[in-house]
Amino acid sequence: MSALPGTPIVSLRDVRRDYTLGRSAERVHALQGVTLDVERGDYVAIVGPSGCGKSTLLNLIGVIDQPTSGTVSIADRRVDAMSDREATQFRLRNIGFVFQRFYLMPILSALENVALPLAEAKVPKTERLARAAELLEYVGLGNRQRHRPAELSGGEQQRVAIARALANQPALLLADEPTGELDARTGTEIIALFQQLNADGTTIVVVTHDEDLASAARRKIHMRDGRVVDG
Amino acid sequence: MRAALAQASLVRHRSRTLLAVLGVAIAAAMLLDMVMLATGMRESFRELLLSRGFEIRLAPKGTLPFDTDATIPGVAAITATLRGNRDIREISPVLGSSIHVQAGNRYIASSTLGIDPSVQGDYELLSGSDVTAPDAIVANDYLLRQLGARVGDTLNVATGYDPQTRTYSGQRKLVVTGTVKFLYGANDQSASAMRRETLEAMASANPMSGSRSADRASLFMVRVRKGADAEKVRDWIEANVPNVTAISIATAIAQVDERLSYFRQLAFILGAVSLFVGFLLVTTLVTVSVNERAGEIAVMRAIGVSKAHVIQQVVLEGVAISVAGAILGLGLGLITARYLNTILSAFPGLPMSIDFFLFQPVAAWSALGLLVASGVGAGIYPAWRASSLPISETLRREAIA
Repeated sequence: MSALPGTPIVSLRDVRRDYTLGRSAERVHALQGVTLDVERGDYVAIVGPSGCGKSTLLNLIGVIDQPTSGTVSIADRRVDAMSDREATQFRLRNIGFVFQRFYLMPILSALENVALPLAEAKVPKTERLARAAELLEYVGLGNRQRHRPAELSGGEQQRVAIARALANQPALLLADEPTGELDARTGTEIIALFQQLNADGTTIVVVTHDEDLASAARRKIHMRDGRVVDG
Repeated sequence: MRAALAQASLVRHRSRTLLAVLGVAIAAAMLLDMVMLATGMRESFRELLLSRGFEIRLAPKGTLPFDTDATIPGVAAITATLRGNRDIREISPVLGSSIHVQAGNRYIASSTLGIDPSVQGDYELLSGSDVTAPDAIVANDYLLRQLGARVGDTLNVATGYDPQTRTYSGQRKLVVTGTVKFLYGANDQSASAMRRETLEAMASANPMSGSRSADRASLFMVRVRKGADAEKVRDWIEANVPNVTAISIATAIAQVDERLSYFRQLAFILGAVSLFVGFLLVTTLVTVSVNERAGEIAVMRAIGVSKAHVIQQVVLEGVAISVAGAILGLGLGLITARYLNTILSAFPGLPMSIDFFLFQPVAAWSALGLLVASGVGAGIYPAWRASSLPISETLRREAIA
C-alpha cells in the first residue's frame, strides 16, 4: 500500500472499446476515445448513468478486458496487449478487485478467502495465514476468521472481499459498485473503510451510483455515452 | 489449495456428488464385472487344465477330449512310443464309460473313468483311499447320495444294459474306497472312477462292447519335463502317433477363445458402454457445476488465479468423483460378480471348478485405471470451459442475472 503521490498510476490514451452484440453485426461503442490519468494515492469515483461505460472502463484498468484501440498503462506498464498469462500475473501482483456481489468462495472461511490470492502468489502457508489474519483485523473482522460467507452479514462479506483485494499489497484497488448490495448504514461503514485505506496510501478507483461513496472520493469523473464528460 | 477447493466444491452439493459417485460406482462395477467375465472363463479354464500339471491331452483323431464316444486303440503301444520322448515325464491313459450301479431294486446310471491311480489327473480324493485294489471304486458325493452308499459299502456295478432283455451285463462287485471330487465334472453329475484294467475287464464281458474295450483309452494326459517346450512335445506326438489329436494348453485355450469370442465381444461392448456412461456422467456433473460457478470462477481469474489453477481444480473434481466411484465400484463389482458366478456355475453340465467371473488384479486395476483416466478426460471439457470464460463478459452477465 505504498504510494508516491503525484505520479500517474493509471494512464489511458484515446481508449475505445467496441462490442459486437451476439451473432449480429451490430457494434456497440462502449468507450469512445477515453483519455484519463489517475495519480498514485488518489481516490477516484467514476459516475454516470447505466450503460455509459463505467464498468467497461474499470475492466480495462483492471486488465480483465482489452481495448479495441488506444493504450492503457498501469504502474508504468502497457497492459492493453498483454497475453492472458501476463495479465493474470499482473492482476495478481498489482490490482485488487472488489465487486458489488462480494463473490467470496462460499466453501472457504473468511481467512481462507483472504489467503486465496496469497496462495496463488506462492506465499508460504504460515505467512499467508498470518497476513490474511492481519488483513481481517484491519477491516475489523478479527473475530470472524473461521466463519464462512453464509455466516456473515453483507457488510462483513464486503469487508472480507476488501481484505482479499488487499492481500498481495496491490498498487491499485478497483471497486465496482461496492455498496450496491448493502443497506445505508453498512454502506457508510464501507465508505469509511475506503477512506481509511486511501489515507493509508492505497490508490482507489470506484465505479458507483452511490452519491455518498462518490462524494467521499477526492476526485469524481463523470461519464456519458462512453466518454469522460467531466473530471 | 487446488485440492482443497476441488474437495470443497464437491462437498458443497453433497447429495448431487453422492449420486454421481454412485452412478460412477455402478458403471465401474459393471466394467469390472465385464472384464472379469471376458477373461474369467478363459483363465479359469486354463487354471483347471493346469491344476494337475498335465500340459498335453491326446484325444481320438479329429476330436476334443470326451467330445465323442470314440476311443484310441493300442494304449500299450502308444505309451511305449511316448516313453521314447525324453521330454515326456508321465503318461495317464483314461478310459471313459458309463456304468449302472444297483441301489436296492433299481439301477442308477453314472459316468465312470478307468484310470491309473498313480498318475491320474481327473479327481481329488476327499476322503478314504484311492482305487489301489482291482475291486475298488471311488465316487463323488452326488452318486453316493443317489445310491445311499458310503465308503466301505460294496456296490453291484454293471457296464452294459440290454433294453430288450432288460438285463445288465459286465457285472462286478466293487467296494467304495473313497469319495472324490471330479475336476472336470459338474455339480449335478454322478461320477465314479476305478482302475482302467478293472473297467476294461468289466466292459469286455459286455456283449455290446466286448473286445472293443480292450487296450483302449478315451484320452491320454501327458506331463512334460520341467523346462521342456510343451508345444515341441505336442508337435512330436502329432508326428509320431498318427491316430491322435494332441492338444496342448495353448491350443485348448485357443479353441476356448474361439468358442467364447462372441461372449468376449459382448463383454467388451458392455464394458465400453459402462466406461462411456461413467465418462458422460462425470462430464455432465462437472460441467453443470462449472456453469453454476461461472461468476466465482471469473472472480478467481480476476483476482489473479491462473488458468492452470482453474483447469487443475476442475479436473481434480472429475478425478475425485471417478476415484471414489471406482473404489466403491470395486467392492460392488466383486459382490455382484460373486452372486452372478453362483447363479451361472449352477448351470447344468458345467465343471464345478469353472468360474465365470475371475478376479485378476492386473485386469481389474487396468479397468479401474481406465475409469480414473476417463475421469481425467471427463474433467478436461468443463475445465477448458471454465478456464476460457471471458472474465469481464461473465461478470457482466452475472451482474445482469
